[in-house]
Amino acid sequence: MTEPAPTAMLALRQKEGRLHVCLGGDWRIDTPQRPTVGEVILALEESRFEQVILEDGGIRTWDSALLLFLDQLREFCRRHDIELDCRGLPEGVRRLLHLAAAVTPTTTAGAPRSPGWLERVGLRTLNLFDQTQAFVAFIGETALSLLRLIRGRARFRLRDLWLVLQECGPDALPIVTLIALLMGLILAYVGAIQLQMFGAQIYVANLVGLGTLREMGAMMTAVIMAGRTGAAYAAQLGTMQVNEEIDALKTLGLSPMEFLVLPRMIALIVMVPLLTLYADLIGLLGGGLAAVSVFDLTVLEYVTQTRTALSLQDLGVGLIKAAVFGILIATAGCLRGIQCRRSAQAVGEAATSAVVSAIVAIVVADSLLTILFTRLGI
Amino acid sequence: MTEPHIVVHDLTMAYGDRVIQRDLNFTIDRGDIFIIMGGSGCGKSTLLRHLIGLIRPVKGRILYDGVDFWSADPSTRAALLRRIGVLYQSGALWSSMTLAENVGLPLGEYTDLDDAEIMALASLKLALVGLKGFENYYPYEISGGMQKRAGLARAIALDPEILFFDEPSAGLDPVSAKRLDDLIVELRDSLGATVVIVTHELPSILAIGTNSVFLDAERKTMIAQGPPRELLHHADPKVREFLTRGGTL
Repeated sequence: MTEPAPTAMLALRQKEGRLHVCLGGDWRIDTPQRPTVGEVILALEESRFEQVILEDGGIRTWDSALLLFLDQLREFCRRHDIELDCRGLPEGVRRLLHLAAAVTPTTTAGAPRSPGWLERVGLRTLNLFDQTQAFVAFIGETALSLLRLIRGRARFRLRDLWLVLQECGPDALPIVTLIALLMGLILAYVGAIQLQMFGAQIYVANLVGLGTLREMGAMMTAVIMAGRTGAAYAAQLGTMQVNEEIDALKTLGLSPMEFLVLPRMIALIVMVPLLTLYADLIGLLGGGLAAVSVFDLTVLEYVTQTRTALSLQDLGVGLIKAAVFGILIATAGCLRGIQCRRSAQAVGEAATSAVVSAIVAIVVADSLLTILFTRLGI
Repeated sequence: MTEPHIVVHDLTMAYGDRVIQRDLNFTIDRGDIFIIMGGSGCGKSTLLRHLIGLIRPVKGRILYDGVDFWSADPSTRAALLRRIGVLYQSGALWSSMTLAENVGLPLGEYTDLDDAEIMALASLKLALVGLKGFENYYPYEISGGMQKRAGLARAIALDPEILFFDEPSAGLDPVSAKRLDDLIVELRDSLGATVVIVTHELPSILAIGTNSVFLDAERKTMIAQGPPRELLHHADPKVREFLTRGGTL
């Protein structure tokens, strides 16, 4: 036998200045066309009642739907100074209504107030000020940690350093290889097509060599590392913040800057230039592949022209940029991780913010360094 | 005699080759406050995860009102899961949502209520656990005890028939723990729900438990079952020691 479809019943009766509200049937969330509290409110607004009396007119089943109805009715009666008599309701319903109305100590805290636009502007300005202060403090603490490292007084586990070196160096080789090879190929294609019009495709080696060594090798490696390692650092440190691991270090008297930030900083300062060097070689190889296979240059011609076009100075410019990028990526990743609030959402935000800030910083720094090197004639 | 609400039959739990508990047999009656207890690392939380369908047993059956959870088809399993509510140890609130959104999410997914009704109901559920006025707070803006109560509000959002609690009193001060115990009893009485609690908090076990099972890490099986107060005089000294804090109570 199938269960009949649930139906809810509501009957209103007026008697001697009182409104009798009789409830029956199934007051469940899945009951179709449940009566709404609006029907009772309408009756209460039509004439003045001193009291509303709730009656159990055969309530078969009930759940939160009934509670919600009664809670809304109770709120209306409270606002309009009408007495509500719940004594006729099932005991479980009365107890839950009582529980919902009970004031516990925490309820006195109040709801968060949403600020006006002027206050929001002020709050954002103050927040920006705080963030700048935190950034400067972070840079200062990092510099002090590096000083302590130079003096041999920094405390961190050498094993951790090897681990992060491995993670951000050799583990990144496959992706750096792929991107650098394709970058070399693209540079060669774009350049050679233009140079071919003047019969000067031999100079594709100059274009690929200079472009890769001075700019693209360091830049592409840095962007890869920002997405791969910077985000990972922010997420790692953010999760450690959530799990109170950073607090645990502090209470043991260990500096999170030395214990966590310093190894990561060293790893990126060392590894980004090394990876850039590797990316430069692969980029030249990629350019050579395109030049030899598509633009009729011989391997010897390409190699000889590359050697003529490039100097150690060009390599140095790229590597200096790479070291600066390494510092920027590590700073962005570690700063966002250390600043992370204690929630899963905040960890995600920290990782995103680390990548965005690192890439912006890389591009800005690259522009400044390029201008500087040009002025210096390097 | 009424049929048991939950039946655990010949259950063996393992992670890979490592058996956690074996040959578990017990029943939970409707309206029980059933305590799963035992020393640290005995597999209490693992048993809870088996009961709420997060881990498939290596062997044995778990029946809800006579329906074998793991033999049932996915739609029956989903329907069974909608009849249970779980309060996780840390509250497990979704950090990107406000408390009202946390409580409102299951209502939005599984009922036909409109947005206004969902928010009103979420507010009511929060009021039931003493968090009226905190609807627009994010989990990280409130204390651990409040997070736990908000987790409870979410657990009762769909008026579940069975409520599971994983270490509800852990991390709470004695007054808050007692208040939560009272709330659990009140909700059980008002909603008519069955309550299953994993805990090793003796005051809670003895104050509110109506039935229990004691798991032993060494023997890797249950060594006692019954109302906690009766187990105070159990023949096995391990059970007695646990319930009397090594004979100090």
